[in-house]
This record gives sequence, C-alpha cells and structure tokens, in this order.
Amino acid sequence: MSEYIIKNGIVYDPKTGVKGEVKDICIKDGKIADKVSSKAKSIDAKGKTVMAGAVEIHSHVAGPKVNEGRNFRPEDKLFSYKPGGKNTRMAGGFSIPTTFKTGYEYAKMGYTTVMEAAMPPLYARHVHEEIKDTPIIDQGAFPVFGNNWFVFEYLKNNEMDNVMAYISWLLKTTKGYAIKIVNPGGSEAWGWGENCTTIHDPVPYFDITPAEIMKGLLTANEKMGLPHSIHVHTNNLGNPGNYKDTLDTFKLAEGVKPNNKFGREQVFHHTHVQFHSYGGDSWANFESKAKEIMDYVNANKNMTIDLGCVTLDETTTMTADGPFEHHLTTLNHLKWANVDVELETSSGIVPYVYDPRVKVCAIQWAIGLELGLYTKDPMRSFITTDHPNAGPFIRYPRIFKWLMSDKSRQEMLKSFKYSDKVIAATNLASMDREITFYELAQMTRAGPAKALGLTDMCGGLAPGMDADVVVYNIDENKIKDPEEIEKAFGTASQVFKSGTLVVDKGEVVSNGNKRTLWVDAKVPTNSQVERDVQMKFLKYYSVNLNNYEVSDHYVANPYVIEVEN
Amino acid sequence: MDTVKLTAKEVPELYLEAEHITPDVFAGKSNQEIGDLSVHMGNQTYKLSDYFTVEGKAGAIAAETKIVIAGDVSKVKYIGMKMTAGEVEVLGNADMYVGAWMAGGKLLVKGSVDSFAGIAMTGGELIIEGNAKNYIGAAYRGDWRGMQGGKIVVKGNVGSDVGSNINGGTIDIGGNADVHLATHADGGTIIVRGVAKGRVGGQMVKGDIYCLGGVERMMPSYKYDHTEEIELDGKKMNFQVYFGDLGERHGKKKGEIIYGKIYIATGVSETTSAKVTPRSEKKVHLSDLQTNQLASALKEMKEPSVQEVRTYIFDNFGVDMKPSQVSRLISSLKR
Repeated sequence: MSEYIIKNGIVYDPKTGVKGEVKDICIKDGKIADKVSSKAKSIDAKGKTVMAGAVEIHSHVAGPKVNEGRNFRPEDKLFSYKPGGKNTRMAGGFSIPTTFKTGYEYAKMGYTTVMEAAMPPLYARHVHEEIKDTPIIDQGAFPVFGNNWFVFEYLKNNEMDNVMAYISWLLKTTKGYAIKIVNPGGSEAWGWGENCTTIHDPVPYFDITPAEIMKGLLTANEKMGLPHSIHVHTNNLGNPGNYKDTLDTFKLAEGVKPNNKFGREQVFHHTHVQFHSYGGDSWANFESKAKEIMDYVNANKNMTIDLGCVTLDETTTMTADGPFEHHLTTLNHLKWANVDVELETSSGIVPYVYDPRVKVCAIQWAIGLELGLYTKDPMRSFITTDHPNAGPFIRYPRIFKWLMSDKSRQEMLKSFKYSDKVIAATNLASMDREITFYELAQMTRAGPAKALGLTDMCGGLAPGMDADVVVYNIDENKIKDPEEIEKAFGTASQVFKSGTLVVDKGEVVSNGNKRTLWVDAKVPTNSQVERDVQMKFLKYYSVNLNNYEVSDHYVANPYVIEVEN
Repeated sequence: MDTVKLTAKEVPELYLEAEHITPDVFAGKSNQEIGDLSVHMGNQTYKLSDYFTVEGKAGAIAAETKIVIAGDVSKVKYIGMKMTAGEVEVLGNADMYVGAWMAGGKLLVKGSVDSFAGIAMTGGELIIEGNAKNYIGAAYRGDWRGMQGGKIVVKGNVGSDVGSNINGGTIDIGGNADVHLATHADGGTIIVRGVAKGRVGGQMVKGDIYCLGGVERMMPSYKYDHTEEIELDGKKMNFQVYFGDLGERHGKKKGEIIYGKIYIATGVSETTSAKVTPRSEKKVHLSDLQTNQLASALKEMKEPSVQEVRTYIFDNFGVDMKPSQVSRLISSLKR
C-alpha cells in the first residue's frame, strides 16, 4: 500500500493529547506510522488543521424506515440530484439522501465511521443491503431491544443468563453492533393504543416497566462486556416537562461500574438529549432544562450523551418510537407512516419543518447548543443531529460554527421572530463559551470512538491506529468570520480512510475500502433460548427462522469484534 | 422592455426540457450566450440554439426582459420555470410544467398547455388562452404545498386534480373542470365558470371554490349552509354556500370553525345537488354542427386513432367522450 506524509499541519488529537502543535502525520499500510520512507507522497498541510477521521455515534442512514422516508417524500429529492462523475454515482436527496450521497457527504466532511442507530432485527437484511451500498464510510448498526418480547419475558422472570444468550444470538444473527433501546415498553404498548410516558408505566400484558427493561439490559451489557454501552432513547420524547423522566432514566445507571476490555468508561449512553431536556407543562410555557440535565451528566462519569441539535431545516423525522410519530402527525397534520415490526418494535415517519419563525423550534435549536456548551467533559458529550430527526447530517459544519462562535449564536438569537420569548425561555444568550478545535476533536472523534469501544482503532492519530486522517483548510488562530468554520468543515481538503485518499480538494476521488463492524459476543450455549427462539418463530413470526438471519454474504467486508465472556 | 424572440426550428423527436427559457436566465445575456444555454432531450444535452433561432435583445434585468416564443413548442417542457419577473409569451401550444414554481412576472400562452402548469406557484400571472390538462396549480408529487400565490387564468377547460393542495392565490377557469378539483386545499380561491365534474374539494380544510355552472355531483361530505349574495367580476350573484369537507379536521378562528366553502350559483343548483344520476343520463352528444365539423376534420386526418379523435373533440368542443363512444362515432361517420 502507498505511503503518505502530511507535513506541517496543525494537529489536534485528544487520543495522544496533541493540542494544536505543528506536526507531521505518517501513513503506512493503512495505519498511522511513526515514520515513512522517502518514497512517501507528501501533502503540504501548512496553516491547515489536521484531525483524525470523525466518528458518528448516532444517525439514521440505512434500513427500511430510511427507505420508506425516501419513498414517501419525492419532494425531498426535488432539484437535489447531481449526475455521476468519474468516481461517483448519481446522488441526491436532502434530509434522506440516497445511500451514495450519504457516503459521499459524510466523507467530504471528514467522517469515516458512522453508526446506524436503529435496526429492526426483522429487517436487518435491508439495513445491511443499504450499508453495503453506502460507499467509503465504515458502518455498524444497533439492533433495537427495548420492546422485544424475548427480553420482556426473560427480564420479567429475572433470567439474566437467558437475556445474555438472546442478546448474543440476536447480535450475531443481525450482525449488529450494540444494544439500542427506543422508548422502552412504549412502542410495544402502542400495539394496545397506549404509551409509556414515564419510566414506571407498566407495559400492557407483559407487566414490566421501562425502568426494569433498561436496568436489565444495562446489567446484561456490562456482564457481557460489550464494546458499547446500552444506547438509550428514553420515554416521553419531545414533550414539555420531560426532563424529569430523562433524569429518572439517568439515575438507573447510578453507581454501576463499566466492565469491558475496550477502554470504554461509560455504562449508559443517552442519545439526542435535546429532545429530552424540555421544561414547562405545555407548548405555551415550554422552556430549556439543559442546565439541569447537564449538571447531572457532568457529575456522573459513567454516562455519555449526544446532543441531537436542531438545525432549523425542513426534515424528515423517523424513529422506532411509533407512538411519538403518531403524536407528531396530529400536531403538524403532515403525512405519516407507521409500522409494527412483529415481536420487536414499531416505527414511524413524519416530515417536519423546524421553522425559525416558530417559538418552539427556536427554543429547541437553543437547547441543543446549550447542552454542548454546558458540558464540562467534551469526551462524554458528542455532536449529533440525530440525522434526520433534528436536521440533516450535512448541517454538522453549521453546528460547529454555532458552538465555536458566540457571535454567530447571538446573531441567530436576534434574528428570530419571537427573539425575546426565546431568550427568556433559554440560557443561550448569557453563554459566551466557544468550543475550541481540541474540544471539537473530543466531541466528534476521540469521545465517540471511546464510547463505542473503538478507541484503539479510530478517532485518534496514535501510531498503529487506522489511518483515518482529515485535513481542513482552516487555522484556529486566524478565523476572522464564523462562516469560515462552516465552509472549512463542510469540505475537507483531504480525507484518508484506512490509508486510502478518498477525498482530495473537496472531491471524492476513491470509494475507499468500506467495512461493516459487528460484535460477536460469545456466551455459553443455552438450549432454552434456542428452543424459545424456535417456538416464537413457529408461533408468531411471519417469516421462517432461516429467512431471518443476516447471512455472511449480506455483510460487505466484515470487521468482527469478538467478545469473550 | 427589451424583447427576445425565440423561433422553434423543428419539432423535437422526443420532448425537450428547456427550464432555462425564463427572463431571469436570459437577462443580461447576449444572443450568443442565450443560444449556448442547455436544453435536455432524453439523456442528452443540447444547446438552445440547436432547436431555436434567437433574435432581438434581452434586457439588463429580468423585469426588463420579454421572451416571445414562436413556432411549434408543443413538445417543449418547463417554459418559464421559476421565473420571478419579466414576461413570456408563447404564441402556440406548450407542453408540461409551463410556469412551474413561478414566483413573479407574466406568462401568456396563446394556445393550450399540458399538465402541471403553474405547480407550486408563489406569485405572478399565468394566462392560458386555450385548454389545460391535469394538476394545474397543484403541488409537486408528495408535497403538501401547492399553489401559494399569484393568479392562473385558463380560458378553456381544465383536466383533473387542478389546484390540489392549493393554499393561496387564485385559479380562474373559463370552461369546465374535470374531477378532483382542489383536493386537500388549505386556502386559495378557485373559480369555475363552466361545470365542475365532481369530487370537488375532497379533504379541503380551508379555501373558496366558486362553481358558476354547478357541480355535476357534490361530495357527500359537504353540507348546504345558506344562500349568500356575492359580487364577482363586478356583478352581484346569488350563491348557495356549502361547508366541508366535514370528514377533515378544521381550525378555529375567533371561536368560529373555519370550513372549506363551495359556492354554487343559484339557478343551476337544481341539477347539481348530491343526488345520484343514472349512468345513461350522462351520455354526451355532439350537436349536428359539431358532427359536421368533425366529419370534415376526419377526412383531413387520414385514418386517425381513436385517441386522436377523442383529443380533437375535447380540444375543440370541450366534450370528454369515452373511447368506446368515439369509436362508434367514427364508424358511423365513415358510413
């Protein structure tokens, strides 16, 4: 493989503690190296920023609900298609781009690892087919466990060994990466026309509470020592006053210590916290509770969060939280799709316009940024938009700009139609913190990589790690206009993915060597779970067990993380 | 105002997509530059000058530019797409998407147009002197934002799904309207001076539809409320006001529920109530004069297909015949 040397760049790397020093980065055989031979191709990065490839911890980019979004929103594709080029295929779409555009746009921003945040196990094959069609970026997918009948029954009977055996079987069968929990119990209760709006609402028929589900899966996750912790979207998303439920959820992890061999320090990841940090008791007195939420997060080192920043765009909401999507369509009267995924989960899709002229949308925008600015440990708070729910991922550079520039935030706050009301309901106007480049590298690279248990593989520039390296044409000390931040992080000068130059001068030049990450967690064979699985398939599932498994040929270039128990 | 005259050299083999024929794109360009603009046919890209001669002169800005299009452009799509100012005049017929996403200025078509004219229009004036087909002033596929402003005038008849998802602006139809008028409307005004066929205002939550020639069959989800005198075109007329669509949600303003309203001119109301008319009564006939005209036209057309004759009848007499009727008519005329 070819060798590269990136010369004289201003390097930010939390993994090795490099804070903006001028350094050379060497790439050899797809890995970061100490030195290279004189034949290495040299790239001049003088006056430019060099970081590791960014790691996306939570994004909806592949699978049936994404595809249904593409199907039922032809207007999202209008005027957005670009013809194929020398190294690219035709690509288009805005909030729900095609698989190709997903790969190209992530790569252009310097992202090299992206996690699909919700995989319904029954449709895991579809998820992997789309992952296979998404070029350049490494991907993994989180199967959803929070409304699964097996999990309910085993947890109800306190059969922890069976829970672990089932988790291991399902991760292997769906080629999944981590335990995702979406509206635990609530999506199942939706089958009865109900919901679980607090973590102590029992699920109909199963008579188990969301708190028991999350606590049980958390315990199983740590007993098994999986690379990632449980990945939670808790109950009562998007409702005024829900921050209390969020804090109740956080407390489930109190005192639990991590157990794994992957360098992960958290036992609980809560995703898109912006949607869970609302005060007030109606849309009229809706307000930010970002401070209360972040005070708790800052004080508890065994948890991580991602932000879920609203970008004020027209987008498409999609989640395995079926009841929430129904609630949303009754609010905005736009088109709606919902699906019940047999024994496993439900899901829904509704288009949504985050309009800056609407008070609630502007407050949501402020809450997302407040969460990022209140964080005391950037290694535990990651930047996301919960793509496409709070905004499309192509807006990340814009969020970086808002987080890094007080000026751009204050300008936005002043431009809102209900500016005074927004300022009164939030704390953003009084916050002058500006995220530094080093903190950005923590929030988008080292942090998420560590939380995913990939700290020795990606998100850093230590010798021996995968050579995911990005060069941005910007110098932290010479920024005159905040718009430069958005421009520079939107189109990287160079992006290397595992040592292959994939983006050069903002153009995709190679489709790289994409991998699919999945976790093979070994547990002792458990004949009861084997029998239960067979019985459930005979009795309830609409498919045969043999048509359920994601067999090897579905998985492009697999990278298996083995976990010994 | 400066005028650019485009003359079509030939009828394209397939359909030509010419979204650059707008005052906004032409403004400030020389005739050479205008000729070099791209047009698409199939998967190929050509120059505008391959299909048109360019004469005259474009103004410095769109508002000072007028485009006159001569020759046969009945197979050219997207004329005046997204225009914001200035004028466009098409001397003959045009194909689909005339004035689509139009935001301002004036667009006049002397002949007829195909479907999707003025979709998602936000402003300006679109005048069609002939007939227009389906989805005039509607929303793009999947979108919930149809026509939002401006004015569309069609002097002849229109096809189905006109003004679906309309939420502002005015559509004025001189002739008849086919089914599914103003489906899912959330505002706006539609005036039908001829007869509206049926399924008018399905899922409409807000907006006004005036039917001067009545509605062939009202939706069952509309309820007669009262009679009202309204001034239209400077003339006071009595209308029966129907409220609906009662199967949908309706917002409130100052304590009053907002309904979609269909106004039916009194006098025609007896024939337009929601009663079910038997099929046989709906048969359409041509007058003797029209039959004679059709017979002579058929001789010129040299073995026309049923669809061609049906189109001829629709375009010239405004009568939408079933293909079986047309085929029977042809054989009777041949004898």
